[in-house]
Amino acid sequence: MSILVGADSKILVQGITGSHGSFHTIQMLEYGTQVVAGVTPGKGGQDVHGVPVFNTVAEAVTETGANVSVIYVPAAFCADAILEAADAGVALIVTITEGIPVMDMARVMDHLGGNDAVRLIGPNCPGIITPTGENQGCKIGIMPGYIHKPGRVGVISRSGTLTYEAVWQLSELGLGQSTCIGMGGDPIHGIDHTEAVELFEADPETEGIVMIGEIGGSDEEDAAAWIKEHGTKPVVGFIAGITAPPGKRMGHAGAIIAGGKGTATEKIAALEDAGVRITRNPSEIGKMMREALG
Amino acid sequence: MKIHEYQAKEVLARFGVAVPEGRLALTAEEAAAAFAELGAPVCAIKAQIHAGGRGKGGGIKLAKTADEARNYTAAMLGMSLVTHQTGPEGKVVQRVWVEKGSAIARELYVAITVDRAQGKPVMMASQEGGMDIEEVAANTPEKIFKETIEPGLGMQGYQARKLAFHLGLTGKGFKAGVKFMIALARAFGELDCSLAEINPLVVTEDGDVVALDAKINFDDNALFRHRDIEELRDLTEEDEKETEAAKHELNYIALDGTIGCMVNGAGLAMASMDIIKLHGGEPANFLDVGGSVTKDGVVAAFKILLSDANVKAIMVDIFGGIAKCDVIAQGVVDAAQEVGLAVPLVVRLEGTNVDRGREILAESGIALKSASSLDEAAKLAVTVAGGGA
Repeated sequence: MSILVGADSKILVQGITGSHGSFHTIQMLEYGTQVVAGVTPGKGGQDVHGVPVFNTVAEAVTETGANVSVIYVPAAFCADAILEAADAGVALIVTITEGIPVMDMARVMDHLGGNDAVRLIGPNCPGIITPTGENQGCKIGIMPGYIHKPGRVGVISRSGTLTYEAVWQLSELGLGQSTCIGMGGDPIHGIDHTEAVELFEADPETEGIVMIGEIGGSDEEDAAAWIKEHGTKPVVGFIAGITAPPGKRMGHAGAIIAGGKGTATEKIAALEDAGVRITRNPSEIGKMMREALG
Repeated sequence: MKIHEYQAKEVLARFGVAVPEGRLALTAEEAAAAFAELGAPVCAIKAQIHAGGRGKGGGIKLAKTADEARNYTAAMLGMSLVTHQTGPEGKVVQRVWVEKGSAIARELYVAITVDRAQGKPVMMASQEGGMDIEEVAANTPEKIFKETIEPGLGMQGYQARKLAFHLGLTGKGFKAGVKFMIALARAFGELDCSLAEINPLVVTEDGDVVALDAKINFDDNALFRHRDIEELRDLTEEDEKETEAAKHELNYIALDGTIGCMVNGAGLAMASMDIIKLHGGEPANFLDVGGSVTKDGVVAAFKILLSDANVKAIMVDIFGGIAKCDVIAQGVVDAAQEVGLAVPLVVRLEGTNVDRGREILAESGIALKSASSLDEAAKLAVTVAGGGA
């Protein structure tokens, strides 16, 4: 009843000895996530909340069998951290860090482009979570665990807190979530709406999909094209930034209307044309999904 | 981050990009001296502001004598230059660039930006120089030629030659054009630019290829490794409130409406603006306080919101994840007591430490309206701000 991560995922934390890394390691452990290793170069041999720390990702993978990495290292060193994880054969790399230079991500994605064995989530994202019980499951990232409930709706979003808003509504209505993915707000990133929707379509336990987009880029339009051709499950969408002025970067590096492209209106039109139920009111995402599921 | 045209030209020249010779002038006398020093029959006097469309607004003049250079500069300095990019209030001219006039044979267009779909920089070239390139792209996209720059390799010679042929360059101009484009691509990559636009790129009557105008934007996330570039920042060109917000690690963008918004998270901040509009109100700003906001950050945010005279109501919308509701609540209370609350306040708290947050607000005794959902908060804010004004 999930995609990409579940109870059997073994997590390693890059940057585990830093303040963010250490804090969120506790949160992830408390939620029941299998955090098996941490990596901080030069601090191998230590432990953080009982999790052993290694000097290199390769060593951590060999010793613990970790298959997912979550990255909290500072932006300036993040490209290096992602490449190290990929080189060590980690299949899923979740990058939480905000503020990575665009050209760094261009080089990383160019390098990883031909490698089907590696999937990247983020950067600048809340992470990915598969809830399996009351306040428990596999939580990889910074989202508050308690708002999630196991259930039948897959969530993919470019925004953090707006995802929490949608998740909260789904939980309150008793629909719950299969897996929630925050893909992040940067212009160059790993998993996108289309890939996530494809995965949710293939997951038998996911009955409906919530897709939260925002201004900038063409991820939502690309997903609309895919849904139009292949989609079978109900999709409910919201696009943030219909009132955003052009040329202004709305917080996220990727949330900008440039050269008249990437407006909310265009995205909404493409999604509605693909049969996606779009709400203009972010308070009604959950309600609309309940109606869609009947 | 944006910089001025003259700064862009100085930066690009370091990479071997050909630019006309010029001098910066902060006074009319300096402009006259610059004219004499450059020794050209004609010089362009160009107002330096962070906006395009300067020519139409009277920000670019051609001087044939030192006296003309002096007079044009005297008229420009201190004037509010209004262009289609500045908004109706315009931007005050504080410096001019005096540049040797170029004998223009042809005007072309070259730019580099990051193509998000490919995740790589792309160079675009067109023979339609001097035009609004967005219009060219919309009406005659076949007139724009593109080459993707591989991040690991940089721009290759064959790519520049391909574009140079498309631009119709020949002989001396062909060689100069190829050199120009490769140098521009190198500058873009090494300086972490987000945009490098040369419009127009001119071919002179002597066959030289030079940047008549130059616009460069930098990736803010990469400024940490370009301290020399960061020093080029001109704070007088940026919104005062936005600069103040940045000091407190707040993400603020001024808008025209009457409802001040304080939200955590960029997506939720945009959604809050959208829902205000949906209920007939107008947001006064975008404000994302971020995840690791402190009490002092919240106080600073409140001061910024209240410094906008158009604000008739404030809506606080927090979904605590990393941000904690009790911290936000204490900040709101402190701010209200410190700066006084002249306008109605609507608060919606949810998420981490929400119960403690609500207690703090209730115990403080400050006048506020609580909302239990984003929808309710927006409706309340619109009502107390005086309806759908």
